[in-house]
Amino acid sequence: MIGVSHVTKRYPGGFQALHDVSFRVEAGEMLFVTGHSGAGKSTLLKLIAAIERPSAGSVLINGQNIASMKAGAIPFLRRNFGLIFQDHKLLFDRSVFDNVALPLAISGFARREIARRVRAALDKVGLLGREKARPVTLSGGEQQRLCIARAIVNRPAILMADEPTGNLDHAYAEEIIGMFKAFNQVGVTVLIATHDLSMIDRIGARRLHLDHGSLAA
Amino acid sequence: MNWLLSHFDTLRDSVVRLAGQPLAALLNISVFGVALCLPAGFYVGLESLEGFSRQLSSEPQVSLFLALDASRDDALEIERRLQRHPAVGRFEFVPRERALERLKRSAGLGDLIVELKDNPLPDAFVITARERGAAALEQLGSEASTWPKVERAQMDSDWARKLDAILGLGRLLVGLLGALLSLALVAIMFNTIRLQILTRSDEIEVSKLIGATNPFIRRPFLYFGALQGLAGGVAAWLLVAAGVQIVNWGLAEVAALYGSGLRIAGMSWPDTAVLLGSAGALGWLGAWLSVSRHLWQIEPR
Repeated sequence: MIGVSHVTKRYPGGFQALHDVSFRVEAGEMLFVTGHSGAGKSTLLKLIAAIERPSAGSVLINGQNIASMKAGAIPFLRRNFGLIFQDHKLLFDRSVFDNVALPLAISGFARREIARRVRAALDKVGLLGREKARPVTLSGGEQQRLCIARAIVNRPAILMADEPTGNLDHAYAEEIIGMFKAFNQVGVTVLIATHDLSMIDRIGARRLHLDHGSLAA
Repeated sequence: MNWLLSHFDTLRDSVVRLAGQPLAALLNISVFGVALCLPAGFYVGLESLEGFSRQLSSEPQVSLFLALDASRDDALEIERRLQRHPAVGRFEFVPRERALERLKRSAGLGDLIVELKDNPLPDAFVITARERGAAALEQLGSEASTWPKVERAQMDSDWARKLDAILGLGRLLVGLLGALLSLALVAIMFNTIRLQILTRSDEIEVSKLIGATNPFIRRPFLYFGALQGLAGGVAAWLLVAAGVQIVNWGLAEVAALYGSGLRIAGMSWPDTAVLLGSAGALGWLGAWLSVSRHLWQIEPR
């Protein structure tokens, strides 16, 4: 489903975030990308989501090479992904409901269908009662769950999360990881970048370790 | 259907956004209104002058003046030629005695003319061409001036053509003024939308990250720009209408003194449509340029 081969990413100024990284992710798999901060985890997720382009190598999603894709096709590719960003990227001038509705509005769903799906997504992450609230009034854990609701509302084939448990306490982190596990069990491919090794051991999923931009064995 | 609904939603959002910042919107709309009312107002003035000039020279004529020693027979000969000539529509013979009579009556020179021993005026034919257009008339005039005993052919439309040329120049200047101001309006809208983009850059970024196409991101800004432009066009129309009314009050007195019905007509419906259409289009264009530049800037490389 995702094929990364010999990918190198160099930023202007000479910093090399990734060096000759290759791996495959099968459909329905759950995969953790670990490594110290600055090891290139975020860059790797951004390359897969076509947010950045590789300096060398190729990234294939369902057999399509992202690097050779036309700019106009990228938005439609992104609709296959549910993205959970490290810095959340919530819109603070909009309600919880409107934040979750955004991907559906972008895809052009009818208003009634949007309302139905948004409530279903909020229900899954336990925020159904807060749909009129502003994101600012939510706690850190609730904001993270809001991000997850926005990522899954489009029923994506691939869910990608960058440090989803970053600054959450242990109980919250446990809960969030449990959600990802549940999505994976219904067939969603899940990619999670994290430096929190303790939770991976308990779940027992496959793990890729990045060290200074290279894959470690 | 969904697509149409989503456009409608965007339009509604734009109206709400405009209403949400009434002062900024009002300032922008008045800039558009004032800038557009200048070329539109001049245009309306020109149109009225043009209509006035057409009214005066509606029938282009040539006057043929015969030589002073031409006899009635000579005049009859010319009359026969005119009757046969294909380009001639109508003609009227003005004998020299009648011409003198008219002059006495119209110019108030009666006393002076009574003093004259001889009638200084020649016999004349006033010819109206069958076809309109200066070229046919000119040809007829130059041909007739070669006939025996014809002293001179004078085009009565000469001054009308001069006026036409001046009006043409006026139209050119209005066009130039319109083009320059349009450029300024696009620049103003570009900047307005740039500020909007700055306050909504998070939204643009997130939308792009989760799969929004560039047209989707552009759409609300385009609506916003076009709406503001259109509102500016309405303001310009109102300013022109008010201006025409005021000028007509002033003209009423002048027109009464000269005994003519000279007044400026307001904007016609087609002209109004052009004004509103171009106002909306200018706002749209400024917004398009602004958003496109921003999208180009944030494109990953």
